Amino acid sequence: MVPLSAYVAVSAVLFATGLIGVLVRRNFIIVLMSVEIMLNAANINLVAFSHYLESMAGQIVALFVIAIAAGEAAVGLAIIIVVFRGKLSTNVDEMNLLKW
Amino acid sequence: MSDLIVILIPVFPLVAVLLNGLLGSRYSHEVAHRLAWGSVGLSFLCAIGVFAETLGSGVAREVVAYKWIFGGDLTVNLAFLIDPLTCIMLLVVTGVGFLIHLYSVGYMHGEEGFTRFFTYMNLFMVSMLLLVMGNNYLVLFIGWEGVGLCSYLLIGYYYDKVSAAKAASKAFVVNRIGDAGFLLAIFLVFQNFKTLDYQQVFAQAGQLSTEMATAIALCLLVGAVGKSAQLPLYTWLPDAMEGPTPVSALIHAATMVTAGVYMIVRNHVLYDMAPMAMTTVAVVGGTTALFAATIGLVQTDIKRVLAYSTVSQLGYMFLACGIGAYTAAVFHLMTHAFFKALLFLSAGSVIHALHGEQDIMKMGGLKSKIPWTHGLFLVGTLAIAGIFPLAGFWSKDEIMAHAFVHGHYVLYGMAAIGAFLTAFYMFRLTYLTFYGRSRVDHHTAEHIHESPPIMLGPLVALATLSVIGGFPGVPPEDGWFHHFLHKVTAQVGGEVSGHDAGSGLVVTLMLAATAIALAGWGLTHYLYSLRTETAAAWAERSPGVYRTLLNKYYVDELYDALFVEPTKKLGLVWDWFDRHVIDRLVVGVGELTQSSSAASTWLEKYVIYGGLNAIGYANHLLARSWRKIQSGQVHHYAAIIVAGLFILVHLVLAWWTGSGGMLK
Repeated sequence: MVPLSAYVAVSAVLFATGLIGVLVRRNFIIVLMSVEIMLNAANINLVAFSHYLESMAGQIVALFVIAIAAGEAAVGLAIIIVVFRGKLSTNVDEMNLLKW
Repeated sequence: MSDLIVILIPVFPLVAVLLNGLLGSRYSHEVAHRLAWGSVGLSFLCAIGVFAETLGSGVAREVVAYKWIFGGDLTVNLAFLIDPLTCIMLLVVTGVGFLIHLYSVGYMHGEEGFTRFFTYMNLFMVSMLLLVMGNNYLVLFIGWEGVGLCSYLLIGYYYDKVSAAKAASKAFVVNRIGDAGFLLAIFLVFQNFKTLDYQQVFAQAGQLSTEMATAIALCLLVGAVGKSAQLPLYTWLPDAMEGPTPVSALIHAATMVTAGVYMIVRNHVLYDMAPMAMTTVAVVGGTTALFAATIGLVQTDIKRVLAYSTVSQLGYMFLACGIGAYTAAVFHLMTHAFFKALLFLSAGSVIHALHGEQDIMKMGGLKSKIPWTHGLFLVGTLAIAGIFPLAGFWSKDEIMAHAFVHGHYVLYGMAAIGAFLTAFYMFRLTYLTFYGRSRVDHHTAEHIHESPPIMLGPLVALATLSVIGGFPGVPPEDGWFHHFLHKVTAQVGGEVSGHDAGSGLVVTLMLAATAIALAGWGLTHYLYSLRTETAAAWAERSPGVYRTLLNKYYVDELYDALFVEPTKKLGLVWDWFDRHVIDRLVVGVGELTQSSSAASTWLEKYVIYGGLNAIGYANHLLARSWRKIQSGQVHHYAAIIVAGLFILVHLVLAWWTGSGGMLK
C-alpha cells in the first residue's frame, strides 16, 4: 500500500513544477500548460485524501476541477489566439498594457 | 331696489372715469364728453330719487355697499348714510356738477387733453360723492383725499405752465396740513368710541369729556380750515385759479371747498359739546370773511376776485357753524354753490370771449358785446351781494340775523362789514368788466363773441337757481329747508334753539342787510361810474393800505419766509446730511463688504485651496511611489500572488499550531 505521504510528495513536486513553469517561462502556451499541471497536482491531493478518508467528496471535487480546467484551457487558448493575431507573438512579457 | 339707486350714484361717474381714463384715447371727444356729463346726469337723477324717498320717509338710513374692514375692534364698511343733509349735498354736488360738466363741453372745446379733463372731473365727482355720502369717517376721508387729489390734478391741468404746476403743489401741500389735523381727529374718535361710524359715534358722544370733545372738534377744524380755505390756510385757493374755469367753479367754489363746512355740520354733535371749539370756528369764519373781502377789493384778476369772494363766503358758513346756525350754514352753502358757480362760469364766458384775458383792467364796456353773459353775471352779482329777493340775500341775512339775535354782536359787525365789502367788490368787478369805456386792446376787440348755447344753457339754469334758490329757506329759521334739515342739525343741548326774535327785529335786520348791500353798490357806482378818477385818487392818498391789500397782506411772503424757506433750507441741510453722512455710510458699508470679500477670496484661494491641493498632491506623490508595482507583467503578479499565498499559509499554520491545531 502506497502511503498517503507519497501522494502528497508527488503532488507537491508537480505543483512546484507547475508554479516554476508559470513564473519563469515566457511562452503563454507553456504558462497555460503549467497552470494545468498545478491543477492536476491539486487533483492528486484530492483523490489521495478521498481514498484515505474513505469519502467520495474529494473525487467528485476532482472531477469538477478537471471540467473547470477544460473550460479554463479553452478560454485561455482563445485569448492566446486573439492576442497572437494582434501581436504576432505569444511572449507574455510583451503583454504589459494592463498597468498604470 | 332703492339701495341700488343709492349705490349707483357714485358708480355712474366711476364707470365713466374707468372708460374715459383707460380707453379715452381710442374714441372721439364726442363720446368722451357724453360719457362724462351723461354719467353725472344719471347720478343727478338717482340723487333726485333718493331725495324724494327721504322727503317721503324723513328718516336716515344706511346702505352698505361693501364690507370693507372687519377684525378686532374695527369694523368699517363702504357704506352710505342717507339723511336730509346728505340729500341736500347730493343734489348740490350732482346738480351743479352736471351743469358745469355741460358747460365744460363748450369751454374746453379744442383743448389739449380734453378726455383727461373729463376723466379728472368725473373722478372728482366720485370722490365728492363718497365724501358726502359716507356713513363713517374713513369713507369721508377717502372722499376727502380724493377731492384733494383731483383738485391737484385739475389745478395743474396745464402742467406745462410753471405757475399752474406750482399752484397745484401749493394746494396739495397746504391741504396736507389740514389733512394731518383731520387724521388726528379720526384717530381720537376711534380711540374714544372704538368705531368710526357716524351714528354710533354721535349716539355715544354724550359720554365724552368736554376736553376730549374740544380736542376732536379742533382737530376736525384744522382739516376743515385746510379744505375750505380759511385763515390761516386759505392761501392755496386764489392760486388754484390757475386751473381751467369750470374747475374753479366746480371744485374751488361750489363743492370741494364746502367739504369743510359739510364736515363741521355733520359733526356738530361734537362741536355742540365743545363751546371753545365753536367759538374758534366762529372767529376763524368771521375773520376770514372780513379778511378775504378786503383783499378782494383791489385785485384785478377776474378769477382771483371771485376766489377771494369764495374764501370770504366760506367764512360766512364757518361763522354760521360757529354760532350754531348749522342749517343756515348749509343753506348758504347751497345758495353759494348756485351763484358762485354762475359767477365763475360767467367769468369763464368772459374769458372765453376775450381769448384768455383775465385782467379786468383790460376789459370794460363788454355789456353790448356779450349781453347774455353780462345779464347772467349781473344776476350772480346781485345774488352774492344780497339784494332782495335773490338767493344770497336769504342765506346771508339768516346768518347775520342769527348772529345778532343770539348776541354775537362782534361777529355780526364783522359779517355786516364783510357784506358791505362783498357788495362793493362784486359790483366793482361787474362795472370794470361790463360798463364804462372799453379798455380791451384793439386786436382782441375785433374777435369778441358770445359763448355757444352749450355754455349759456347751464348758466341760465344756474341763474334761475340763484334767483329762486333762496325760497326754500323762507321765512328765515322756519322755512321748508329748516324743517327738512332739522333732524340732522338740531343742537344736542337745545339751549340755543329757543330764541325769541320778534318778527319786527327780523324785518329790521333784513332791511339793514339790504341797506348794507345797496350801500356797497352805491359806493361802487360812485367810484366806478360817476367819478371814475376817485378810486385811483384814494389809492394814491393811502399807498400803504392799497399796496398791502394788493399784495394780499403779504401773507404769501410771510409764509414763504416763515415756513417755505426754512423748509427748503432744512431740505438742503438734509440733502447735505444725506450725501455726506448717509451716503458715506452706505458707501462705507459697501466698501467694507468689498474688502472683506476680497480677504475671504484670498483666504479661499491661498489657504483653503492650498490645503486641498496639498492633500491632493500628497496622494499624488504616494501613488507615484507605489504604482510601480502595477507593472502589467503577468509574471510579476503571479510572483506576488505566490509570495502572498506563502505568507498567508505560514500565518494560518502559525495560528493553528499556536492554538493546538490539526497538524502535529
